[in-house]
Formats: sequence, structure tokens, C-alpha cells
Amino acid sequence: MTVLFYLAGSIAVIATLAVIVQTNIVHALLYLILSLLSVAVVFYVLGAPFAAVLEAIVYAGAIMVLFLFVIMMLNLGQHTREQERGWLLPREFAMPALLAAILLGQLLTVISGTDHVIHYQRVGVLEVSALLFGPYVLAVELASILLLAGLVSAYHLAKKQ
Amino acid sequence: MNLDIGSGLTIALILGVVIMVSALLITVERRLLGFWQERLGPNRVGWGGSLQVVADMIKIFTKEDWVPPFADRFSFVMAPAIIMTVILLSFAVVPFAPNIGVIDSNIGILFILAMASLGAYSVMLGGLSSDNKYALLGSLRAAAQMVSYEVFMGISLLGVVALSGSFNLRDIVAAQEGLWFVIPQFIGFVIFLIAGVAESHRLPFDIPEAEQEICAGYHTEYSGMKFGMFFVGEYLGLVLVSSLITVLFFGGWHGPDFLPPVLCFALKSIVFIAFFILLRAAIPRPRYDQLMTYGWLFLLPLSLINLLVTGAIILL
Amino acid sequence: MKKIFTLIKDTLLSQMVTLWGVFMKLFDRKDTVEYPDEQPYMFPRWRGRIILSRDPDGEERCVACNLCAVACPVDCIALQKAEMEDGRWYPEFFRINFSRCIMCGFCEEACPTNAIQLTPDFEMAEYVRQDMVWEKEDLLIDGTGKYHDYNYYRIAGMQIKGKDKGEARNEAAPVDVRSLMP
Ligand code: SF4
Ligand code: SF4
Repeated sequence: MTVLFYLAGSIAVIATLAVIVQTNIVHALLYLILSLLSVAVVFYVLGAPFAAVLEAIVYAGAIMVLFLFVIMMLNLGQHTREQERGWLLPREFAMPALLAAILLGQLLTVISGTDHVIHYQRVGVLEVSALLFGPYVLAVELASILLLAGLVSAYHLAKKQ
Repeated sequence: MNLDIGSGLTIALILGVVIMVSALLITVERRLLGFWQERLGPNRVGWGGSLQVVADMIKIFTKEDWVPPFADRFSFVMAPAIIMTVILLSFAVVPFAPNIGVIDSNIGILFILAMASLGAYSVMLGGLSSDNKYALLGSLRAAAQMVSYEVFMGISLLGVVALSGSFNLRDIVAAQEGLWFVIPQFIGFVIFLIAGVAESHRLPFDIPEAEQEICAGYHTEYSGMKFGMFFVGEYLGLVLVSSLITVLFFGGWHGPDFLPPVLCFALKSIVFIAFFILLRAAIPRPRYDQLMTYGWLFLLPLSLINLLVTGAIILL
Repeated sequence: MKKIFTLIKDTLLSQMVTLWGVFMKLFDRKDTVEYPDEQPYMFPRWRGRIILSRDPDGEERCVACNLCAVACPVDCIALQKAEMEDGRWYPEFFRINFSRCIMCGFCEEACPTNAIQLTPDFEMAEYVRQDMVWEKEDLLIDGTGKYHDYNYYRIAGMQIKGKDKGEARNEAAPVDVRSLMP
């Protein structure tokens, strides 16, 4: 299990790095999907199958499809690759990399403080649902209202005059 | 070796049988379509056309496997592999009989939904990487269609989940011991049927590959075995949807006692496969916007109402 | 309410009726003719493979008039006139390129002697394209084809050995122009 966890985790990290350095936008998206799927595996290994499957359905299966959909509509060709390559020059890259490195350092110090034992605790669908519709029902309702607002505005934008 | 859930022999058998059946469907579908159109269909190769599938295989394997120079090679090669993988993975959670299956997972339905939603990538990448306008149009249509119909597919299943109280397909089958879920969940069944056709983009919902409008849609540029994988993937999807309908609404392996459970399952699935082929023979293809309007304005409210009513009845 | 009813009628009922109708076709008689095992009925006036026929006496009917070659819209007929000692004309060679022929039947219409005729045979596929060019030996048959009694030299006024002017059927003897003198 621990091996699986670290394997999936490192795949996620590598894939995410590849998302940043890829110049072909479709390949970058594929790496992003890969990263999301490996995060799903991480969830599963940690004992949260429901979260894992939702990660796959919602993020990898629906949101990324919409991303790809938008990319198709934009007709990105060779010129965007050149543009991307321009953004990957060390000169442009230095500042964000520095900031990210500081953040990474902070993260590492925070993590290194606690003990490293991974807790495998199976959380089934029933437990998750009981929590969602019990103590956190207000949050669920708020989130659904947010989604509803998005839905209504999308409907309004798409409506013919 | 013992024939049990998850044993190597079972897994190999299931994989082999599923792929064989899908390949055979190429012939079966052509013959059935022929009968329903007052023709005979292919009946020359082998006894009654039974070896037609071998002939098709030989043809498709010996064809030139061409990648267009303007295509994005990586995604182009990936796309057909994705659909095969994803659908074969979905078969892992399908309970064929009390002791036949690959895994006994308690997130079975969710797993299948996740795989179905990943299946959309195959179609989209195929179209996008071909760098061909018809392929692009096809995959645009596919993306919208599959994402939309996933929604109704998921919601229509929730009635079944609520009745059986589990996401595990084996528990769902076990819960249908007395009464098949098609009776309390008839609306859910109809919606799942429609959404299943749309998910496996077969006629009448084969809008992503509508030959008369956009060549062959997303697989316009494919040839040889890559096309063959799309082709077999479509039939695999058909088998998957049929076996899911059997499992979720028609009691899975339950049946008369003198039949072995796995045979019961197979017979029921075959009926649904034939029904899907009949759909293809009989129903014309709707327009793209009609499909979308139908889905969002009719199926979505219907499935939500179905879920609400089911929940209310369970609570009462 | 009425709207919902029509919706159900349109979406469900009509589809069900269609499905049932198509399903019942399973038990109908199939229209397929299993061709190589079972020959389809060919109508006598079907325009298929071209032949050159002979007259009831067993002589070639074709008089090498070239009318068929002229009429042919795709120019696939080629022939060369020759003459026998008895004064009959005949084609020295007669060649039809069937890879071009569109089986329009214009040559048959144009022929003054009913020599060239189209028959109900359509099985003319070849593996080598050159084999689609048929020579006179291939085209000429021993019978009269579709028109059994017609014999050009007995009807037309053309003079050949053994049949002088005025000896054809229904032909008056040639007028002696000198007898017309006043
Ligand atoms: S059938 Fe028509 S095309 Fe053929 S040889 Fe006669 S005139 Fe020419
Ligand atoms: S086949 Fe008929 S039309 Fe043609 S050259 Fe002979 S006589 Fe004339």
C-alpha cells in the first residue's frame, strides 16, 4: 500500500511538472488528467474510495473534458507552441520558480515536523454521505446555491435575445 | 485452478469472452440488420456467414496502418487504446454470476461512471489529433453529448442505488431476488437505456460519427487496426451497456432454477444487445440540437423527479 | 396536459410502433436474390453484352457501314470495311472496347441490318483490362439473334453476285431510262 501511495504520488508530481513544461497544449492537458487520476489513486490508497471515484468522475471526467472542448474551439496551432516556448525561458521562469521554491521550503518544514505514518482509514460512501448531510449540510447547501447561481447565469448568457 | 471472483482463470476467461463476443457482434449485427431490412446480410464466408468475422479481422489486420503526417502522433495513437482500456476496465466490476467476476467492489457503479466519463477522451483526442475538420466537428459533438448524457446516466442509476442501498453491483443483484428493479424503476430504466445508447454513441445517437453529415466523424482519419479498435470498442460498449442493464434492472443472474446463473445473465444480455441493434435498424438519427434539448429539458427533469419520488417512497 | 400527452405520443408511442414494425420484418420474405447460386431473371430486351448476328442464310449481317461507330457516344467501336468477290461488304475487323461501352444500345438503333445486337448477358468481368477488348471472332455468333427473318441482301436493292438489281423482295425492276423518251 505504501509503495502504491508513493508511486502514485510521484507520478502526480512528475505529471504536474510536465503540465508546466509541455509546449503542446493538448499534451499538457493529458498530463493534467494523468496527474488527477494519480491523485485519485492516492485517495483510494488512503482509504477514501468515494473521494477517489469522484475525483475521476468530476475532475478527470467532466471538467477536463470541458477544458479540452474549449481548446478545440480555440484552434491553437503551431504558433501557440512558439509562444509557450517563449514563456519557458529561464528569464521569465526565474521569479515564479523562486517563489514556488520558498513555498516548497515552507511546506517541507511544516511536513517534517509531524510524524510520517500514513493512516489508512477506510471511509465508505455511507460515512461520507452521513457527514455531508449531517454536520456539513449547510456547506453542501451553500455550494449547491453557488452552482445554481452559475447555472442561472449560464442560462441567461446563452439565452437568445 | 478454481473458478472464483478474481482468480486468474476467471479474469482471463472474462476478458477473452468479452472480446470474442464483441468481435462476433460485427457479424451478428450485420446479419440482424439485414434481416430487419428484408435482406439476408453477409452469409457467404463459412456456415451461414459465421466466419465473416474472421474475414473482417484478416482484412483489418492487413490494412495499412497509416498515421497522417499532419496528425499529432502521440494523441492519435493513444485515442483508440483509451476506449478499449476504459471499457474493458469497466467489465471488472460487472457481476456475471455469484462466483464469476473480477473484483467485488463497493463503489462498482461509481467506477463504471468514472470509466464512462474517461471514455470521452478517446473520442475527443481522436478527433482533435487528426487535424481534420470533420474529425474535429465529430469530437466536439461527442464531447458535448457524452458529458451531458453522463449526467442523466448517473442520476437515473441513483434510484436503483437508493432501493438497494449500495453502490456494489453484487449487492444490487442480490437485492433483486424477489422483484426486478425494472418494475419500481421503470422510468430510471428507460432513461438509462437512452443514456446508454448515447454514451456508446451508437445509432440513433451516433451524432459524433454521422456518416451523412461529417464523413465518419472523429475516426475519419483512422484506418487499419486503429480504426478496428474504435470499431470493437463500440461493440464492447454495447456489450457493457447491455450487461449493465441486465445487472441493474433485470436481476442479473437471477432466473429459473434449471438454468445456470451465468447463462441467465448471458441470455438477458443478448436480448438487450439485439434490442440495441433493432434500435439501430429502426430509429432515425435526431439532429444534434434536438439531442441536446431532449436531454436537458426532458430527461434531466424526468430523472430528477424519478429520484425524488423514489426517495419519498422509501422514506414513507 | 395535452402537450405532455402529445409529447409522449410523439416520442414514445411512435418509436414503439416503429420498433415493432421493423422487428416483424424478421419474419418477412427476404428480397435478396443470391446471385451466383440463383440466376436473376433477365428481361429479353436487357441491354447487355453486344453480339454480331448472322442472317438466316448464315452469312454475316454486318455490312461495315460504320453507322454504329458513328452513333456510339463513347466511340468504342472500331471496324474496317472489306469487300468479298461477290460484292458483299463485310468488316475486316470489328472491335468493341467493352471497358468503355456504356450499354446504351445506340449502336443497335443505328444499325441498318440488325447486325449488332445487345443481349441479356451481363457477366463480363475480367481481371486484365486488355481482355475487355473484344474482336470479331468473339462477337460474331452463329444465329440470328433477336430478329430471325431479316436478311439485308434479300430486301435491299444492293447488287451482288447472283442477285441483280430489281431482284430483291418487293423491288420493282429497274426503270430503263431510255424507255422514258417521249
Ligand atoms: S451500346 Fe452504346 S456505348 Fe456500347 S457500343 Fe453500342 S453505342 Fe457504343
Ligand atoms: S454493325 Fe450494323 S451499323 Fe455497325 S457497321 Fe455493321 S452494319 Fe453498320
